[in-house]
Amino acid sequence: MKFGVVVFPGSNCDYDTFHALQNVMGQETVFLWHKASDLQNVDCVVLPGGFSYGDYLRSGAIARFSPVMAEVKKFAAGGGLVLGICNGFQILQESGLLPGAMLRNKHLKFLCQPVYVKIDNSRTPFSQAGRKDQVLNIPIAHFDGNYYAPPGVLTELERKRQIVFRYCDERGQLTEEANVNGSLHHIAGVINEQGNVLGMMPHPERASEKIVGSDDGQVIFQSIIDYLEKRAGSQKKKAAKKVRPVVSPLPPLIGNL
Amino acid sequence: MIDDIALAAHNLTREEYDSIVRLIGREPNLTELGIFSVMWSEHCGYKSSKVYLKKFPTRGKYLIQGPGENAGVMDIGDGLAVVFKIESHNHPSYIEPYQGAATGVGGILRDIFTMGARPVAVLDSLRFGPLDKPQNRSVAEGVVSGISGYGNAFGVPTVGGEVYFHDCYSQNPLVNVCCVGLAEKDKIFLARAQGVGNAVIYVGAKTGRDGIHGATMASAEFGKDTEQKRPNVQVGDPFKEKLLLEACLEAMAKGLIIGIQDMGAAGLTCSTTEMAAKSDTGMEIDLDLVPQREEGMNPYEIMLSESQERMLIVTSQDKVKPLQAVFSKWDLEAVVIGKVTDDRQLKAHFHGELVIDIPVKAVVDLCPAYRRPVEAPAFVRKLARYKIPEMPADLDLNQVFLQLVAYPDIADKKWVFRQYDHMVQINTIVLPGGDAAVLRLKGTKKGLAMTLDGNSLYAYLNPKRGGEIVVAEACRNLACVGAAPMGVTNCLNFGNPEKPEIMWQFKEAVEGIARACREFDIPVTGGNVSFYNETEGQAVFPTPVLGIVGLVDDVATIPAAGFRGEREAIVLLGENKEELGGSEYLRLVFDQEKGQAPELDFNKEKSVQEVCRQAIKQKLVRTAHDISEGGLAVALAECSIKSKKGIGFEVKLNGPIRTDALLFGESQSRIILVAKEKNAGKILALARKMKVKAKVIGKTGGKKMVIWHRKKKVVEQPVELMRDAFKNSIPRYFKI
Repeated sequence: MKFGVVVFPGSNCDYDTFHALQNVMGQETVFLWHKASDLQNVDCVVLPGGFSYGDYLRSGAIARFSPVMAEVKKFAAGGGLVLGICNGFQILQESGLLPGAMLRNKHLKFLCQPVYVKIDNSRTPFSQAGRKDQVLNIPIAHFDGNYYAPPGVLTELERKRQIVFRYCDERGQLTEEANVNGSLHHIAGVINEQGNVLGMMPHPERASEKIVGSDDGQVIFQSIIDYLEKRAGSQKKKAAKKVRPVVSPLPPLIGNL
Repeated sequence: MIDDIALAAHNLTREEYDSIVRLIGREPNLTELGIFSVMWSEHCGYKSSKVYLKKFPTRGKYLIQGPGENAGVMDIGDGLAVVFKIESHNHPSYIEPYQGAATGVGGILRDIFTMGARPVAVLDSLRFGPLDKPQNRSVAEGVVSGISGYGNAFGVPTVGGEVYFHDCYSQNPLVNVCCVGLAEKDKIFLARAQGVGNAVIYVGAKTGRDGIHGATMASAEFGKDTEQKRPNVQVGDPFKEKLLLEACLEAMAKGLIIGIQDMGAAGLTCSTTEMAAKSDTGMEIDLDLVPQREEGMNPYEIMLSESQERMLIVTSQDKVKPLQAVFSKWDLEAVVIGKVTDDRQLKAHFHGELVIDIPVKAVVDLCPAYRRPVEAPAFVRKLARYKIPEMPADLDLNQVFLQLVAYPDIADKKWVFRQYDHMVQINTIVLPGGDAAVLRLKGTKKGLAMTLDGNSLYAYLNPKRGGEIVVAEACRNLACVGAAPMGVTNCLNFGNPEKPEIMWQFKEAVEGIARACREFDIPVTGGNVSFYNETEGQAVFPTPVLGIVGLVDDVATIPAAGFRGEREAIVLLGENKEELGGSEYLRLVFDQEKGQAPELDFNKEKSVQEVCRQAIKQKLVRTAHDISEGGLAVALAECSIKSKKGIGFEVKLNGPIRTDALLFGESQSRIILVAKEKNAGKILALARKMKVKAKVIGKTGGKKMVIWHRKKKVVEQPVELMRDAFKNSIPRYFKI
């Protein structure tokens, strides 16, 4: 399957996401420049973490005006899979592709730490490789991750099973302490009504190899791959193209597209 | 006309002024005076320290670039080089904690990527006043958020460092930032202005009035007017810096750059003169072409501004257009402001008039070097003679044990570290809080280990030994992850060098560090001296901070910092001695900062480290931790607290040493290794072979920490209670 990782000015998890998808998951992956108007025929668009446009004004508020976002919206409207991680989630909210907004973390501090999230809905293209209530160990790193939505919206999200991940403790309990950033309903990840656009604050790319502490993040990537392969299989036999990873201690020049 | 008032405002002496006149053959104008004043400031010119810094060893087998460039460079194999450097941002961080610390990070990042390296890690050494005072909390909060705000947005992980508290830092906090970068070893860029006629290009942010005379400010004591110096602090923009990084690396990869220098302290002045001086050329620039953020800036302000996120590039005329295309892709300015000349002068025009015309060598290389008077302070001998009091008969060692793990110097620093993104770039495999941080090198089995260490109390009691110990301890920290040290960068934080006692502390500490570096055979690749850490006559403790990098051959062998299983053997490498001078215990129980710093025998130290590395290499070690502040008992407690399951231990000690010294003394050259029982013998055999004292002192297990001395149970605490004390100590000051 072919993945596209969008590069905004100030994205800084772009290469990490590329590494996880191409070098760990073995998928063909390309970078998509923020000024691009062509998504290069990818099967899934990933908006990576970072500080697009310095997060000035409001996290994700300026990135939504990038030319590439118009294409991403069209892609999503046509049923394409879009995954927003951290800053990518914030951009999807600002773009109106996902409901809710992010407030500052409850203690008003940036938080970088491993957290536990549980899969609340395992019937989405982003979570189907996991089980319902499965607990995943994935790190967060954000200042604005305190999920907020008006009560009516929250009720709808619950009713339509749009909350995919919730912060929990190691045993899957929804304790106050485990909800480190203070999100309403412990929301760590939500999906749109159509079920093809997901935003999550935890960073699966930072939990894709055991050596960096956890590989639970692979569940998300594997779900997408399985879903896309099945979809491709039912339409036309798209040869699964395995990519030979080129891993080097120094990342390639991301802007050199 | 330059009068005494103008000289005082520029922190120059009459003698220095006279030599400026001699060097340029006439009276300087005010702009030229400003240029000399920053370049000849202590901060840029190292005028009090130069004569001593020569004592550092600067050669080594892995060395590619030693002192004198923006950063040091070491060969790490596979065609790669590690580029690293430390800088202080002490003065600005006191005046404006957030921006002071943020721009400290920004400045050191530029030092690294100006060499062609991608920054892959930051470590910070922070020293604040005690947290029970609101003002100290506010400084600490500001500094930590500043580092976090800049580093996180830029996308470099902050992977380690240290945080200490003492009243001497209440009005002089220390903020030392060390950055480590990776580059291809044959693609290192230097600050050169080669090729007469080549273009001089200004890239990055516009120039404003911020930070004028920042370097001069950092070269004087603070008095009561400190508040007024706020405008001297610059404002950071990490977003622009990130764009600058990507644009510079791209331009370098495309072969569009001949020489490059960041505009840090002394801004345009420093970059133009240094690049020309190093290439034996000159430079002619037009100040009207310098991108400006504010209207009506004069030449003085343009030359001395320390606005952040700017670089100066020299390239051939035919590469100007492609270079500008790269920067414009990243939405950055790249403006030709002049050219390289052959007359070794810096010439600058403003509104058609020649306003600067000075020889670059005079500015850069002829800054006076002073051998200032030195005198050992009387207190040093007095403190060393201090007789350690007997252990009070009614002292509750169990309670002391609990209090020590909660002592802010020792307690958990997670409150700090979790505000830093320490995972971005997904290479961090040993997280902050361990003895040394380790980054994996993707695609290889190797790991890059790094540590930042200082102990100012030892240096206060005995600066030379303090200097030696800080090197030894940093190397020991690396040994605990299986790494051999390769190269050093240092940040020397001291008081006012015009005082003979301070100068003595400096000289002694430098000698100690130099000796230790020779012993460990590691070159000093650069660093920074920060004098005048003194407010209203009160100086900080002498605080040398060492950053050392090393290499781990196979990251799969790295032991954990905490216990990993029950019934594993606890091996003590090295010897317990009856030493309590300069210990945290003496401070906590007797409220004394006295005595002699612990002894250090380099041969023993090196052998202990070698045994540790060998044992790790042979995959015998499950957990490793060096013994430092708080002694053996605290080191064991930390292994227990850091174990995922809260595994306790039971240790049985013998010997004639008084119990408090055995538990909490800070004797050097000791490491705790934990191994599966069947492997403990192999570690002991390794130690015997290298003539290192080693002993199985107990085993892991249970939910309690228990220590026996001479068949008497002297310590027994539940892991849970100790863990809470360790973890909650610092957050409780900040109410989270």
